[in-house]
Amino acid sequence: MLEVHALTKSFGALRATDGVTLKVEEGETHAIIGPNGAGKTTLIGQLAGMLLPDGGSIRFAGEDITRLPAPRRARKGLARSFQITSIYRDFSALQNVALAVQAASGRTGFWRPAFDDESLIAPAKKILAEVGLEKRMHAVAANLSHGEQRQLEVAMALATRPRLLLLDEPMAGMGAEESQRMIGFLAGLKQRHTMILVEHDMDAVFRLADRISVLVYGRVIATDTPERIKQNEEVRRAYLGEDA
Amino acid sequence: MKARLISWIVAAVLLAALPPLLLALGQPFYLDLVRRIMILAIAAISLNLILGYGGMVSFGHAAYIGVGAYAVGILGFYGFFNGWLHILVAMAASALVALAIGAVSIRTSGIYFIMITLAFTQMLYYLGISVAEFGGDDGMRLKQRSQLGIVDLNDPVQFYYLALVLMLLSVFLIHKLINSRFGMALRACRSNEARSRAIGFSPYPYRLAAFVIAGALCGLAGALYGNHINYITPSLMTWEQSGDLMFMVILGGMATTAGPVLGAFALLIVEEVLKGWTEHWQVLMGPLLILSVLFFRRGLAGIFYKPDA
Ligand SMILES: Nc1ncnc2c1ncn2[C@@H]1O[C@H](COP(=O)(O)OP(=O)(O)OP(=O)(O)O)[C@@H](O)[C@H]1O
Ligand SMILES: [Mg+2]
Repeated sequence: MLEVHALTKSFGALRATDGVTLKVEEGETHAIIGPNGAGKTTLIGQLAGMLLPDGGSIRFAGEDITRLPAPRRARKGLARSFQITSIYRDFSALQNVALAVQAASGRTGFWRPAFDDESLIAPAKKILAEVGLEKRMHAVAANLSHGEQRQLEVAMALATRPRLLLLDEPMAGMGAEESQRMIGFLAGLKQRHTMILVEHDMDAVFRLADRISVLVYGRVIATDTPERIKQNEEVRRAYLGEDA
Repeated sequence: MKARLISWIVAAVLLAALPPLLLALGQPFYLDLVRRIMILAIAAISLNLILGYGGMVSFGHAAYIGVGAYAVGILGFYGFFNGWLHILVAMAASALVALAIGAVSIRTSGIYFIMITLAFTQMLYYLGISVAEFGGDDGMRLKQRSQLGIVDLNDPVQFYYLALVLMLLSVFLIHKLINSRFGMALRACRSNEARSRAIGFSPYPYRLAAFVIAGALCGLAGALYGNHINYITPSLMTWEQSGDLMFMVILGGMATTAGPVLGAFALLIVEEVLKGWTEHWQVLMGPLLILSVLFFRRGLAGIFYKPDA
C-alpha cells in the first residue's frame, strides 16, 4: 500500500528525516514511535504532501507520489490528522465533517446550499456519531472541549473515506478516560482501515499496532512486531529505556 | 434566518418608497446620492466575496469599476449604445482583467498580495491617463447613456430602481454562492488552509474563481457608475477608491451578507454629512473610521445579528 524509500529531509543542519525506508501493508496498523523531536511529524508531513522531501521516494497504491501536492494525495485516499488540532474553528462540528466529505467527493456547485445537501450531511452525521460527537454536531468547533476537538480531528480525516489514515498523536493532550475511549474507537477503526499511527502512549501502541517502527534522530532503528520491539535491546536503550 | 429575510424586505420596501417621497419633498439630490450608494454597494458586495469570504486583501478593487465604466464609454465612443452589450462587455472585460490579476496575485499572500493588486490597479490608472483618445487625465463625457430598452437611464427614478434591483439581486446571488459547495470550500480555505489541503481542497482554483466572479460583478457596478456620473475618468481607479470599497466592507462587517450594503450607506452618508459641515471633512473621516472599526469589531452587521451558534 505504502512504500517509503530512503526519504531524507533537512531543516538547515538538522536531518529531521534521515534515510527512512518503510513499508505499510494493506490492512496493517503501523505505529511509529520515538522520542520528542525524532522526526515523526516531519515524516507524516512528507507522506501527506505538506512538506517536500529533499531525497528519496514515496509510493502509494503502486504510484509514485513523492512530488504530488497535498490536496491531490488527499483525493487519492491519503488522510492525515494533526498533532496540533487543525479544524475549522469558526464552523460547526457538522460543517467541519461535511466539508471533508465534500472535499473527498471532488464535486463542487455554485447554487444549491451545501447545508441542504443530504449527500454531504448524512455521511457527516454518521461519522460524528461514530466518534461520539453527534450531540455536539451543531456546536461551533472553537467551543468544543479539547477532547472533543481531538475527536473532530480524527472524524475529519475519516470523512474523506481514506485508503490510508495517517494519525499524528490522536490522543495528544487527552485525559485518561478520553484516551481509553479513543483507543477503543481506534481498535474498531483498525478492523476496516490501513493506518499509520504516531503515538507516545505505549499502552495504545502495544494494543493497536500490528508492527512498530522506532524512529530516533530521523532514522528508523527498528521495524518489528510489538512483542519483538519490546525485547529489542537497541530500542530499549534508545527509547523505551528512557521513559519506561 | 427568518428575521433576516424580513429585515431585507423592510429595507427593500423603504428604499423603493424613497423616490416618490424625495420628489414630493423636492429633494432630488438625495435620490442621486442613494443611487450612487447602491451602485457602490454592488462593488462592495463583490469585494466582500474575496476580502470577507475569501480572505484575500485585494487593494485594487477599483480597477473593475474603471474597466466597467470604460467599457460603456469606449463602446459609446465607437457608436455602440446597446446597454445589454455594454453590460456584457463590462462584465466580461472585468472578469478577464480579474483573471489576469488573480492568476498572478493569488500565488502570493500577505503584504505581497496587497502590493500586487494595488500595482495592477495603478497600472490601469496610468493607462487611463495616457490614452488621449478617451480623454486621458480629464476623462470623457459619455456620448449617450447605455440604452437598455426597458429602463431609461436618463430618467433618474428609473435608473434608481434599476440600481436597487441589481443591488438586491447581487446580495441574493452572493448569498447563494457562499452557502453553496463552492462557497463553503472558499470559506474553508480562508479559515484553515493547511486543513483544507489535507482533506483535498486546492485553494488556488477556488480563490481564482471567486476573484473572477467578484471582478465581473464589480464590472457591472462600474458600468452603472459610468452611467451614473455620465462620465469616464481614470480617477475611478485611484487607490483611494479601492480604499473606500475596503472600508465599506470592513465597516459594514466582513463575511456578512448585509455588511457591504450597510458599510456603503454608512460611509457615504457620513461623508456627505461631514462635507456639508466643513471643507476639511477628510480630517474628521479618518479618525471616525478608525474608531468605528475599533468599536464595532464585527462591523455594523454585527449589531443586527449574532453569529450562528
Ligand atoms: N519547519 C521546521 N523548521 C525547522 N525545524 C523543524 C521544522 N519542523 C520540525 N523541525 C525540527 O525537526 C525535528 C523533528 O521534529 P518533529 O516535529 O518531526 O518531531 P516529532 O517526532 O514529531 O516530535 P514530537 O514527539 O514532539 O511530536 C525537531 O528537532 C524539530 O525542531
Ligand atoms: Mg510530532
